[in-house]
Amino acid sequence: MDRHMLGRTANGLFWMFRYLERVENTARLIDAAQRMALTRDIVSAAEEWRSVIETLGQRISYESKHGTYTGVQAWNFLLRDRDNPANLHALMRSVRTNARAVRTAISSELWTAINESWMEIDDALSRPIAQSNLGDVIKLIKRAGTLAHGAVANSMLRDAGFNFARAGTFVERADSTARVLDMKYYLLLPSVSYVGSSLDAGQWDQLLRSVSGDRAFRWLNAGKADARGIVEFLILDERFPRSLAYSYSLLRQNLTTLSRLHGTEGRASELIRDSATALADLTIDAVFDEGLHQFLTGFQRRNAEIGNAIAEDYRFLA
Amino acid sequence: MTGAAETFDEMFDPAGEVRSGYADYCVWYDEQEVELLRRKHKEAEASFRRTGITFNVYGEHDAEERLIPFDMVPRIITAREWRRLTRGIEQRVSALNAFIHDLYHRQEITRSGRLPQRLLTGNEAWLANMVGFTPPGGVYTHIVGIDLVRTGPDDFFVLEDNARTPSGVSYMLENRETMMAMFPELFTRVPVATVSDYPRRLARSLAACAPKMTAGKPTIAVLTPGIYNSAYYEHAFLADQMGAELVEGCDLRVVNGRVAMRTTMGYEPIDVLYRRVDDEFLDPLTFNPDSVLGVPGIMDVYRSGGITIANAPGTGIADDKAIYSFMPEIVEFYTGEKPLLPNVETHRCADPESLKYVLDNLEELVVKEVHGSGGYGMLIGPTASKKEIRHFRHKLESKPENYIAQPTLALSTCPIFTNKGLSPRHLDLRPFVLVSPDNVEIVPGGLTRVALKKGSLVVNSSQGGGTKDTWVLKD
Repeated sequence: MDRHMLGRTANGLFWMFRYLERVENTARLIDAAQRMALTRDIVSAAEEWRSVIETLGQRISYESKHGTYTGVQAWNFLLRDRDNPANLHALMRSVRTNARAVRTAISSELWTAINESWMEIDDALSRPIAQSNLGDVIKLIKRAGTLAHGAVANSMLRDAGFNFARAGTFVERADSTARVLDMKYYLLLPSVSYVGSSLDAGQWDQLLRSVSGDRAFRWLNAGKADARGIVEFLILDERFPRSLAYSYSLLRQNLTTLSRLHGTEGRASELIRDSATALADLTIDAVFDEGLHQFLTGFQRRNAEIGNAIAEDYRFLA
Repeated sequence: MTGAAETFDEMFDPAGEVRSGYADYCVWYDEQEVELLRRKHKEAEASFRRTGITFNVYGEHDAEERLIPFDMVPRIITAREWRRLTRGIEQRVSALNAFIHDLYHRQEITRSGRLPQRLLTGNEAWLANMVGFTPPGGVYTHIVGIDLVRTGPDDFFVLEDNARTPSGVSYMLENRETMMAMFPELFTRVPVATVSDYPRRLARSLAACAPKMTAGKPTIAVLTPGIYNSAYYEHAFLADQMGAELVEGCDLRVVNGRVAMRTTMGYEPIDVLYRRVDDEFLDPLTFNPDSVLGVPGIMDVYRSGGITIANAPGTGIADDKAIYSFMPEIVEFYTGEKPLLPNVETHRCADPESLKYVLDNLEELVVKEVHGSGGYGMLIGPTASKKEIRHFRHKLESKPENYIAQPTLALSTCPIFTNKGLSPRHLDLRPFVLVSPDNVEIVPGGLTRVALKKGSLVVNSSQGGGTKDTWVLKD
């Protein structure tokens, strides 16, 4: 293999898919919070929205604009408010801008899927979103991810570009699942729930919904739920496509392939090998012994390091 | 019937009979339900949007991507007409290359007195850095777009030469794709020559111009100013279709005497750079020092034979409209033949007698800046207001050498599809020409630009023009 893609193109593919993943994950969080809020009193509902906005790292920008947490304010802020630098509309625009910049490295099926989704989402988010049409908007956004990933699976050449795209997906997904879990870590503290009794059914349901894992979890656990089971599922279960273990197992494959295609192994490969191995050897007891919050914080830090190492190894920037 | 006062219509003769080239098409058209055509027309627009075939408008920030309106009635050229045109175009393009070479070498043409020296000295498009240097293969204008207008059955004129960076070829290709997707049956009924191998031909033609030092298959890259450039879609499209890299200035740097691109593996040399960046931004060390679109040092690499730049820097001189006015002399000087394709009659305002004529007849003439392009900075006498004419009169009097004037041509018309059925509109034609060391080739087709406003003579997309699919019929 003597032809290599531009570092800028690799960067564009990586970030196109990170942003796409972030778009989807934002929509999932909103969806789950909205469901949860419907079954709660105003005070707990406000608390749900606060924690979602906190999880997405936008508490300061939200609170400088709104004094209270209400659903309609929160989802409009997350979906389309220009005062929120990470609003979903801007994220989706970044997906599309990156796709346009790497147009020669993606299939026309993928480009068309992204462009059409952008046109629909751009239109849907051009007006404030009322509760009555939030569901439709969320569906539209989730479908954007499904269409794009389907186009990748069906039409993209399995070369370096594919692996950069997938690496972006899994670095972002691992980060997101860790954040979502961390959002509720206090509910899962050993002292409260290690014995598995007092966990609020609504709370764990929301957690699982936030990563679209509710159905899978019920199927695997025959309806039985405890903190330990949920944490194990989201961190260690390689069968669940949004778990940390699954994300890292695939990220490792992508980075191994990239090393092979480039005939040299970089720092990112080393890091992922260590992290993926550590994750494979990890037990749920060890996680709780370390402390869930500490574990997740450490994981996110190392995950960010892997992202930076990929950018350096493959000359994303001049 | 040269100089006919009546407008020549491509589809219908003066008696209202369908011309031969359109016969098969019109039979098909008459079988169609108007309602269905209306629907298809809407679908076409949606399809351009979905595919992202857009152009960016300068100076606008938000809704920055626009569509060029597409009309679904093809513009048809018969095989016989096309043969005549290609001979004329080949002759003109060969002369253009010889002319530019001469300008940067012995300047025989000015020595012989056929072209005034003053058109070169002080002309911004003339690059001193190119003097005495011959590009790889001796090719200056790798890709040329010749703008043609028609006024009668056998009366084609060259309106403009685009030797700098002709754009629009992606529309030639996408318009055809759209037509084939919308009306596949038409292409089984009418023998239309294919244009789809243009990108392959372009890649082959560029590869044939690679520098001598190229080892193995040349690496070709398209240099774009980036995604906010008005023609970004075309840059990406051509790179994609050629299987070439699409690079920006920030991807490139000079490494070991070669222009190289930053890949995931390190810097790798480029052999042929199809640049869609203007001369002045190409090399901040040589030209505009503020440019971030180019590559510092690329001109040194170029002059030492390390890269082919297409089109060659300094070819823009041939797009100058004062130079254009000398094209008949230029063609004859370098080919020893009479030009097969005439120029539009052109008055050079630098010449006092012509200036007087122009000032006396401003209401009848089209006045153009010699360095202008894209339909900007021109006056169309017959449709201009008194105030505009007064304004131009001042400009002409203060800087006459900056202008040329031409009669307002009765550009031919071809019907477009409107809500009320077919309606004639004025149009022009831009065929695309590829030049390599031993070959000049023209893809049978081109970009037909059409004024969408009734009676308008301005076909530029930046000013409300649209495009049509251009069919060259097979024998």
